[in-house]
Amino acid sequence: MFLQFEEISRSFGGVSALSRVSFCVEAGTIHGLIGPNGSGKTTLINVVSGLTGPDSGRLLLEGRAIHRLPAYRIAALGVARTFQNIRLFSNMTCLDNVIAGQHGRVGRALFPRLLRLPSVRLEERQSREDAMSCLARAGIENRAGAVAGSLSYGERRRLEIARALALSPRLLLLDEPIAGMRQREIEEMESLFRSLVEAGVTILLIEHNMPFIMRLCSSITVLHFGETLTTGTPKEVAVHPEVIEAYLGVRG
Amino acid sequence: MEYLAQFYAVYGSLINFIGINAILALSLYVTLSAGQLSLGNAAFAGIGAYASGILTMNFNVPYPISVAAGAGLSAITALVIGMPVLRMRGIFLAMATLAFGEVVRIAAVNMDITGGAQGLVGIPCKTTTYIIYGVLAATTYFLAVLRGSKIGWSLAGIREDETAAMVMGINTSYYKTLAFVLGAFIAGIAGALYAHLNFIVTPGEFGFSAAVQLLVYNIVGGTQSVYGPILGAFILTALPEALRGAGVTAGSLRLGVNGVILLLVIIYLPNGLIFYLSKKYLSKKAGRSGGTVQSEV
Amino acid sequence: MAVLLQQLINGLFIGSVYGLFAVGYTLVFGVLDILNLAHAAIFTLGALTALWLTTAGALSIWIAFPLATLVSGALGLVLDRVAFAPLRRRADSNLSGLISSIAMAIIFESAALGIFGARTVRFPEGIFINRVWRFGSVTVTSLQVEIVLTALALMLALTAFVRHTRAGRAIRAVAESERTARLLGINVDGVIALTFFISSALGGVAGILYGLYFDALAPDMGRSIELKGLAVIVLGGMGSIPGAILGGIAFGLSEVFTVALTGTSNLRDAVAFSVLFAILVLKPSGLLGRGRAREA
Repeated sequence: MFLQFEEISRSFGGVSALSRVSFCVEAGTIHGLIGPNGSGKTTLINVVSGLTGPDSGRLLLEGRAIHRLPAYRIAALGVARTFQNIRLFSNMTCLDNVIAGQHGRVGRALFPRLLRLPSVRLEERQSREDAMSCLARAGIENRAGAVAGSLSYGERRRLEIARALALSPRLLLLDEPIAGMRQREIEEMESLFRSLVEAGVTILLIEHNMPFIMRLCSSITVLHFGETLTTGTPKEVAVHPEVIEAYLGVRG
Repeated sequence: MEYLAQFYAVYGSLINFIGINAILALSLYVTLSAGQLSLGNAAFAGIGAYASGILTMNFNVPYPISVAAGAGLSAITALVIGMPVLRMRGIFLAMATLAFGEVVRIAAVNMDITGGAQGLVGIPCKTTTYIIYGVLAATTYFLAVLRGSKIGWSLAGIREDETAAMVMGINTSYYKTLAFVLGAFIAGIAGALYAHLNFIVTPGEFGFSAAVQLLVYNIVGGTQSVYGPILGAFILTALPEALRGAGVTAGSLRLGVNGVILLLVIIYLPNGLIFYLSKKYLSKKAGRSGGTVQSEV
Repeated sequence: MAVLLQQLINGLFIGSVYGLFAVGYTLVFGVLDILNLAHAAIFTLGALTALWLTTAGALSIWIAFPLATLVSGALGLVLDRVAFAPLRRRADSNLSGLISSIAMAIIFESAALGIFGARTVRFPEGIFINRVWRFGSVTVTSLQVEIVLTALALMLALTAFVRHTRAGRAIRAVAESERTARLLGINVDGVIALTFFISSALGGVAGILYGLYFDALAPDMGRSIELKGLAVIVLGGMGSIPGAILGGIAFGLSEVFTVALTGTSNLRDAVAFSVLFAILVLKPSGLLGRGRAREA
């Protein structure tokens, strides 16, 4: 039980976005989070990453309650995320975007720099190499020197992922990571996610691309109007009557 | 050699002002690099000026200590008002710091210890050009190094997208406060140096116009590099004098030129003038792809 | 009791001038999300133009007033064309717009300095008759009454304009969403120009009224009202016209009462700005504002 949602509720100005959401994510798996638009998926990710707190309920990461922690503390615990709307540092290069994501892992202390100690150069080189390898894993190392704002849509999504990887995360929250990507890019992302899981990362994946979800995820939670409809294996979810009804509407 | 001495005799005070303005411009550069538009740095300079002036004059505190104490008081004030203020964004932060600046100015006008509207008179003249430029050099070096450090990277991230910075593990409140307080400290030093240069400080020198001036130095010079604000301060302080030397006697015209420069820069050269001297621009012109901006010092 | 009434009248009077000035600020902010810091400079130029028309032009105040107002409006158009329009497409247009307005403020102020000189001047004697009415120990001058009536009339006219005319509705549409307004076929650039015209004309009127009342005009007369105008629109809610009016009056009253209570005018502004600071911390959307305090 790596990540545990216990009765998470959140409303905004009287409108309930999440209502007693409960499910578990097992370590080292890819867990899908699906549901129609507006069902609360992104809000849930915001709760996990600490951008917003739940009104009630608990969130446990490896048994530790994290729902009251500020975002930067949760990131320090090894939780990284991407954004549905893509929030890159558009005026920085791709490499710099990823280097920025290394915050916390790379010391970059001030005093050695003021004194121009040789260790600084070593640190810089190591930092750049690590950043380049993150870019390489996301398949965009050839764009390292390009300004982030000039990237294509698919490349930007991959940069988001590269930056998330810079954190060396244990838990990766992906909010529609392959939206707008071409087939070949999607295949590359699929093998990337699988390799991450093999390396021990746990992934919580929001996506609308059903075949992708079905192929990759070992378990799926369906949200509808902020409530957990069901949690189960892809096969179970695919034939669940309420899920079909939620997506396709009532056949009349 | 004689020529230099003559030059200095005529332009010495201008050279001093350029140095002080450059330090002040750098103080705002720090907060701008976190994306915070603070208009309170003139007030922080004022706090530093008055505090150090009072200490030297009334309590015979040695000069270096009173400068440090003045800057320290500015920093502490920044820490106190920073807590509510830094939660605001954009224009609201600007207005809150502006309001703060006005309150400080009015307080200076109304308190006896600050000499009221006449100002603090009789501060011993202790600042030399060497001291000013020494402080400027040290500050420039420090801020340039800061840029490539963890603090610098964090501030850059906050400036670009605060929400993304948060989920990347950056404690945004901490770093914003740090930038704000550091800016206030540097402004306080500049104010203290200024107080001991002129033998008098008046409240009007640290008001709204001064706060706007600092912003203008940064915009004209550009904030991509630590040398930008220095360039801006230099141009906008020296130009009116150069014009006066060239025979443009109307004060209004000299003032107007600054306005025109600012307008032209913001519309046509939004990265500021320093950008056109930077490695990035020059190498782009030469056809090579530019290096990373953040990583160069 | 009489003192209270006197203060009320004084506060109402100065408050309506503040309100008129603030409406100009808030109009531009509501439509463009930009704080126009050149507004105070136009306030000054409007007053100085009226002065020039009555002295050098030897026109009566009744002609000089509307003429100077038109000039102020025209300056607003210039402001838009030169300083704001070129920045429209930019992503950071509200920050660069702010800077641009600062540049124009400097240029306008230096123009005022150059044309009119640095001395404080006053309107010529006998420019119009100023009757004084006394009700017990309460004094009201006809000038005060005229100023209040003018200010209120203009503000009511503006509210009616915005609410009931096509142009007014177009302005509101652009304020809501520029992109949508464009899609609806509204001439957005024209609407923005109109907004600046109205805003600056009102600023100029405020300047003329201020100059008439305090009988002192100088190139830096906009300085003191500039910051107060900001405080007023924050108090009333940025982007809200009724808010600016109410905020202006509230501000004027609080100023007058602070002076009355503390016996000195020294702390008056300090109280005002402390209140502004407190509002920004506690309720940035102000009394009637649109709650856009935390820009994403």
